Amino acid sequence: MSGMQRHDFINWADQYLRGELSTEDAVAFENFCKTEPTYAELFEQHRSFVQNLQKTELRNAFQQSLIAEGNAFQSERKNTATTKVASLWSKLQINAGVAAAVALVSVFSTLWITGYFTNIKKANTDYSALRREMNSVKKNVTEQNKAIQNINNDKNKNNAAIHFGATGFMLTRDGYVVTNYHVINGADSIHLQNVKGQAYRAQIVYTDAQKDIAILHIDDTSFKNLKNIPYTFKKQSSELGEDIFTLGFPRDEAVYGQGYLSSNTGYAGDTIAYQISIPVNPGNSGGPVLDNQGNIIGIISGKQKGIDGAAFAIKTKELVETLNKIPADSLKGNIFLNNKNTLSTLPRTEQIKKLQDYIYIVKVF
Amino acid sequence: MSKIKQILPTEISDQEIVDGVSKGDSKAINRIYKSYFPSISRMIVNNNGSEDEAKDIFQEAVMVLYDKITQQKFELSSKLGTFLYAVSRRLWLKQLTRKGSVASTADISDFEDLLRVEDDLERHDEIEQRFDHMNIALSQLGEPCQTLLKDFYIANMSMQDIRDKFGYTNTDNAKTQKYKCLQRLKKIFFNSSLEK
Repeated sequence: MSGMQRHDFINWADQYLRGELSTEDAVAFENFCKTEPTYAELFEQHRSFVQNLQKTELRNAFQQSLIAEGNAFQSERKNTATTKVASLWSKLQINAGVAAAVALVSVFSTLWITGYFTNIKKANTDYSALRREMNSVKKNVTEQNKAIQNINNDKNKNNAAIHFGATGFMLTRDGYVVTNYHVINGADSIHLQNVKGQAYRAQIVYTDAQKDIAILHIDDTSFKNLKNIPYTFKKQSSELGEDIFTLGFPRDEAVYGQGYLSSNTGYAGDTIAYQISIPVNPGNSGGPVLDNQGNIIGIISGKQKGIDGAAFAIKTKELVETLNKIPADSLKGNIFLNNKNTLSTLPRTEQIKKLQDYIYIVKVF
Repeated sequence: MSKIKQILPTEISDQEIVDGVSKGDSKAINRIYKSYFPSISRMIVNNNGSEDEAKDIFQEAVMVLYDKITQQKFELSSKLGTFLYAVSRRLWLKQLTRKGSVASTADISDFEDLLRVEDDLERHDEIEQRFDHMNIALSQLGEPCQTLLKDFYIANMSMQDIRDKFGYTNTDNAKTQKYKCLQRLKKIFFNSSLEK
């Protein structure tokens, strides 16, 4: 058995194993192996070795592709992880938007329904009122008067044509009327309407912003002089605790109010006014304050916000001082205040009946 | 219909995967990865493992499956997933014991094995040694013998092609060369196994 023979035999065997031999040759090879046991053994050995080699290589190939697949899978998974999040977001974008909108709407509608916003507004106005009060302490008398809550701006809500509505009362029977300066301040025209519904045009004769007093004169041809004025004007200071009453126009009907004089000074210690305890409302400004005997002791001017029963009335003394300051040429004859009181002995209902003809609604346009 | 089949995730049976693996089909490998890797990876990562370690363990488990399929008449005695999971768990436990940190892995070692995979693993080790033996022999053989033998025995290239590729003057020369290479490989292989 030479090396060459061996070499040839292996080649032959390879051809046989690869199926390259014709059927005849294959049979010849098998027969040769049968007749030559040493070659048969060699063939078996060769065949198992080649098989081993092949399996090893197949296994290596499998392992390689497994590793490759693993790497590909890992990177793919990383990609899908990020794209999953992105696609989830793009899918749910509309839903999220709708949800957010619904949340916003429900939050604000709930707040609105429960009155949260009106509460806020209220709190804010309360706050600003407080601030205003603190500031006003430092201001002079004029500013203090302005700081006093105006009670004349109710009418502009009821009637759009009327800017302000307030009260005024007769000083003399020939048409002089007094009201507050803040009522007629900035007025285009002023009309006075009596309790019967008759209205007269009036002109401003004199104003005193510091005392918050305005003197008007009815300047209308239809106006006829009234009977003598039933009340008198009390220049002396009145006593604390004195019973007082007023008649005014917080609405279109005359409204009676009763109370007592609670302090000798007005808002923030203002000496030109009393503090009175009468329920007053916007529209009462300019109304007369009378004592039991029917003496005018003051003119209602305002009230303090946030404090119960703290209204203010300008003292009659200040009114008289104002009248005395009026230059003579702006008057049509002197103002002679009535000094004959016809109310003093009458019961209250009679007093009011007599009184109401001399009290006017002041309408400012 | 065929288009729909491509779009829909195709349900491949365990047997189809087994057949694919025995042929070295890359589709089967892909399917194995997609179906079984996530759960096994989770198990390993939850037990002090990293993603890379999970990958290594999983690939070894697949190789165990491969050896089981190619070496013997393979019969599925359980679900493929169960088998791979059990093998991976055993492999990972072994690795952890080698590391000496079994204490913290009580939760996977406590449970009884889903499958008895010890035999499979032992056989796998044997087979692997044998293959390693051949691989070492091949790597010691050197070029051009290694490529020549692979081309002839694995890629089934004809003698003419090999002659052209390696620049031999005729096929007989190529045949002689192939024979010499094979003899050398046999010599390396058997000598090293004798040494052992």
